Amino acid sequence: MTTRPASLFARELLLPALVDALRKLHPRTMLKNPVMAVTLLGAVLTTVAIPTSGAEWGFVLQLGLWLWFTVLFANFAEAMAEGRGKAQANALRRTRAETHARRLVGVREDRVVATELRKGDLVVCEAGDTIPADGDVVEGIASVDESAITGESAPVIRESGGDRCAVSGGTRVLSDRIVVRVSAERGQGFLDRMIALVEGARRQKTPNEVALTVLLAALTLIFLLVCVTLRPFGGYAGTHFSTPALIALLVCLIPTTIGALLSAIGISGIDRLVRRNVIATSGRAVEAAGDVDVLLLDKTGTITLGNRNATASVPVPGTSAEELADAAQLASLADQTPEGRSIVVLAKQLFRLRGRELAEPHAKFVPFTARSRMSGVDIDSPKGGVRRIRKGAPEAVNGFVTASGGRPDPRAEATAEEISRAGGTPLLVAEGKRTLGIIHLKDVVKGGIQERFAHLRRVGIRTVMITGDNPLTAAAIAAEAGVDSFLAEATPEMKLQRIREEQAAGRLVAMTGDGTNDAPALAQADVGVAMNTGTQAAREAGNMVDLDSNPTKLLDIVEIGKQLIMTRGSLTTFSLANDVAKYFAILPAMFAGVYAAEGQPGPLAALDVMGLHSPQSAILSAVVFNALIIIALIPLALRGVAYRPAPAAVVLRRNLLVYGAGGVIAPFAGIKLLDLVLTGLHLV
Amino acid sequence: MDAILLITLIVGGCAALSWPLGRYMRWAMDPSGTEGLAGWFDRLFRALGGPLTREAQGWKAYLFALLACNAVMFVLSFGFMALQQWLPLNPDGKEALEGSLIFNTVASFTSNTNLQHYSGEVSMSYGSQLFALMWLQFVSAATGIAALAAMARGLAGRSVFGNFFVDVQRATFLVLLPLAIVVATLMVLGGMPMTMLGAAKATTLEGIEQVIARGPVAAFLTIKQLGTNGGGYFGPNSTQPFENPTFWTNILSCSAILIVPMASVWMFGRIVGGMRHATILFAVMMALLLAKVGMAVACESAPTQAFSSLPVERECGNLEGKELRFGSAAGPLWAVLTTCTSNGSVNCMHDSLNPLTGLVPMVGMWLNATYGGVGVGMINMFIYIVLAVFVAGMMVGRTPEYLNRRIEMREVKLAVLALFAHALLILAGTALFAVTPWGTATLNNVGAHGFSEILYEFSSATANNGSGFEGLGDNTVPWNIATGMVMLLARYIPILLPLAIAGSLARKRPTALSAGTLAVETPTFGVMLIATILFLGALTFFPAAALGPVAEHLQFMK
Repeated sequence: MTTRPASLFARELLLPALVDALRKLHPRTMLKNPVMAVTLLGAVLTTVAIPTSGAEWGFVLQLGLWLWFTVLFANFAEAMAEGRGKAQANALRRTRAETHARRLVGVREDRVVATELRKGDLVVCEAGDTIPADGDVVEGIASVDESAITGESAPVIRESGGDRCAVSGGTRVLSDRIVVRVSAERGQGFLDRMIALVEGARRQKTPNEVALTVLLAALTLIFLLVCVTLRPFGGYAGTHFSTPALIALLVCLIPTTIGALLSAIGISGIDRLVRRNVIATSGRAVEAAGDVDVLLLDKTGTITLGNRNATASVPVPGTSAEELADAAQLASLADQTPEGRSIVVLAKQLFRLRGRELAEPHAKFVPFTARSRMSGVDIDSPKGGVRRIRKGAPEAVNGFVTASGGRPDPRAEATAEEISRAGGTPLLVAEGKRTLGIIHLKDVVKGGIQERFAHLRRVGIRTVMITGDNPLTAAAIAAEAGVDSFLAEATPEMKLQRIREEQAAGRLVAMTGDGTNDAPALAQADVGVAMNTGTQAAREAGNMVDLDSNPTKLLDIVEIGKQLIMTRGSLTTFSLANDVAKYFAILPAMFAGVYAAEGQPGPLAALDVMGLHSPQSAILSAVVFNALIIIALIPLALRGVAYRPAPAAVVLRRNLLVYGAGGVIAPFAGIKLLDLVLTGLHLV
Repeated sequence: MDAILLITLIVGGCAALSWPLGRYMRWAMDPSGTEGLAGWFDRLFRALGGPLTREAQGWKAYLFALLACNAVMFVLSFGFMALQQWLPLNPDGKEALEGSLIFNTVASFTSNTNLQHYSGEVSMSYGSQLFALMWLQFVSAATGIAALAAMARGLAGRSVFGNFFVDVQRATFLVLLPLAIVVATLMVLGGMPMTMLGAAKATTLEGIEQVIARGPVAAFLTIKQLGTNGGGYFGPNSTQPFENPTFWTNILSCSAILIVPMASVWMFGRIVGGMRHATILFAVMMALLLAKVGMAVACESAPTQAFSSLPVERECGNLEGKELRFGSAAGPLWAVLTTCTSNGSVNCMHDSLNPLTGLVPMVGMWLNATYGGVGVGMINMFIYIVLAVFVAGMMVGRTPEYLNRRIEMREVKLAVLALFAHALLILAGTALFAVTPWGTATLNNVGAHGFSEILYEFSSATANNGSGFEGLGDNTVPWNIATGMVMLLARYIPILLPLAIAGSLARKRPTALSAGTLAVETPTFGVMLIATILFLGALTFFPAAALGPVAEHLQFMK
């Protein structure tokens, strides 16, 4: 994203949020949140009661004002959370300025407005054009600037076929010409979904949020019952409890803290994902991420760096290491794969062999194909004849040796086996019928990944490495990276099968994927994170898209999901724990006159353990505390509670202590302090 | 010191005995196969019950059978009692009863409450006592045990909850009846009457003829205690020397209150396959029970306020309203045990307890799950568990799960509905009677104590407890109708909703356990559960408690 507010309370966010807070007072909006709707009703009733309150009108006025503030603070919290999303949505929307498209009809080009495009239309985009809609490249290759969506300025390559064919509407072609088949109509495209989501416009409550809302509404109902029955209870004792006092008690008891911050917590969860350049298609997916039990991780790119490096050359007896390195380097000179380059570098490091220019027609390069599974070079030797050097999978190169009239060297095969077992990839090098030796290619496990897996294990999440490698290699890398298990020689079907098995055992599965063949698995997984570089099919199938295409981010996503639910639970506990102190502030104030002898405080005045100044200041202090705590907790709601990976029991103990015990104690101090301030200012 | 010994003996003894009894109840209520003795009984019950027992019931069918069966129980008893003057086993020629009193009494005994707005020895024939009331004391208790077994099966993931008609026979014939025979024999040995002869007539030294009520007391008392019923044979309940002759029968009676509710927890644990979880639940209930016992006994060790300025002995505690045979500690201990378990029998007058001691029985009924009624106590606890799991589950960062199944909107909704119903019946009922002559005209006390009497009566009806604060002229049409309806609602709503939750959970796909799952067998969860129970209870009832016993206490302190 281009605009990122530096602080939680940046000025450009504050003002619109204040306006929104007022706008959200509309009854239809308020009704969505039962707790705050009751508070609003209380504010209205208290306001209405001001003129009839006689000498108490100043007190009732202040009470009314603070009740209105309570409602406004809740709206403000939600508006703040939405505002942060909106800033991002606006940045996105700018890129969506009215674009024209060149629709291809047969061989003719029509110039149409982008909104007229339908699914299946073909459009042409050339350097400088903005791609009008989401689609797949069906012809050509181009470099595309996707910074509008990803914030990443380096252009990416998009080409027809394969796994890099998806393009997004709103991105710009920098070079060349491509033909795109439109896959999503205007308004349903990727960018549109992203905008809608970060804005929170179509935000639907997630299952857990709905359940919590029900709990909060029911608690509100119970407290309403408690407060309503107090009137007749007082009537029995011959004391009249005033409506404003009962409303004050009600508002203090109902869980306004969590009620006010609930939607802000949900929105900020999605927002935190967006900040890490992950777009979730629904809040439900974020919540599910917190429940994940198993992570299926692709080895390459997630656990290991994308490339394997040549780390050693092991010649067969009778060949010198230098000779092997030289041959391998020659065979790799034209090989632009990272593996090929690393062989050139290795030869240079070991024997100071410099990369040489080999020019055709003296040298003929044999590129790698999936069928031959080897590559190499044919060089005209200065001594006459042709040097035919090959490197590749041992079986393939052995085939070449046999074809050249030689015999595969069993010693090289033994070495190859050993390397495989240790998790490496052996590359057999041969010249003609002569086997020279083995180049040891090694996967490089990402730094710090082991600790992250250990963290996951502590919170009960298992990691499964998915790799196309053979079981021996896979086992070695799995051991080195510290994953819990692995799936070797994996095919997309096996992936899907594995997900189904885990789910049948009652586990929630998360995975990342990019290719079209990952689509079924992504759709089956409970949390499917598609890479932005992936195909359109993959992006449609998953329920999240990672704009940075960094599979390791799955770990962050899980943490954000957990943190989201944890924040809800902790603030619910805090909100309820607060009630104890509020009871001890308001009830003695209300009950002071019950069963009282003439001119003396009643027996229940003794419940005033905080020693508050007067009944009025006690009630007002509790209401003010109740309102201010919302503002004080907005940063916590937006950032989420501290997340440290630990087993459930440890986390529960910590949060129970901080938000439960803390929630009981904090308001005693807060209300006493406010009482001193209010009386100091002579407000009551 | 004596008090501590007494408490240890009764509570500790029951806890120890509840373990084997829980194991036996599991064998009786949820036999694992068709082999052996359990299988033989199973075939017997199915033969006795006929076609009704063949259906494998889901939660809805089970609930329907339960409600239908209870309706039949209600109608039969109502008929018997309404016609008692013409029916046999009426040696003392008891007259017809007033309509609203019959309704109240039948509702009371069907709902396992045993709130008594009558005095047995005055109004009831032997036939009514045995065939209407004592029969209900067995089958209503069996209904509670059956409901718990069904709920546990659901939570164990079985979609078939069993068959109510089989379960209610198992609970009656295999659990309650054998226990009752053993305990009743001990009671008779302790000196309790067990006779079908009419009232004894004696000529006193002054030459006046005295009529001494008696009857099949031992049988009645035993199931009254074992089935958490609480309805006494005599009006004064277990303060009457024939219903509680000696210190020994007093200990035995106290133990009989506690044993089956305690064993119900173990039975639950065994059926759901979570004995460590059950241990935590047992410990939570025990902690709350002991806290209440401790508070009550401590508060009662001070003499009553009326004596504060008199030169009387202060070491013996408050003896007002107590049987001198038992002393000042046995009364509050019984009062706590009987209200924690929804029993409702008494061996002292709760009206005469010191104000804060009087608060403790009310707390027991407000929470109603610290062992609670037979079967239903554990069912009530389940409601608190669902809510504790929901909040604690969120606090550990996962969608909450209980016994491998997710707690979602539907479960939360049903659980809070049960909680709300409980609060509504107590608070709204009290509010209504506090400001209308229905309540105020029946009071024998004014001020805070009078308020406590009304609050206590509705708490007792709602908790299906049945004990009375007394001091209340409660045999009036408004009291009879109101508490009768409250008892029925408060009986079936808290069975219906938890069974529905279990039904909903049983349908869900089980989730796998991991280190990230909230474990319900740790002490931390126990603390969470205690906090949930205390918070929900305190936040709901604190204002009412303040205006009743707390105000009375503070008035005395001044």
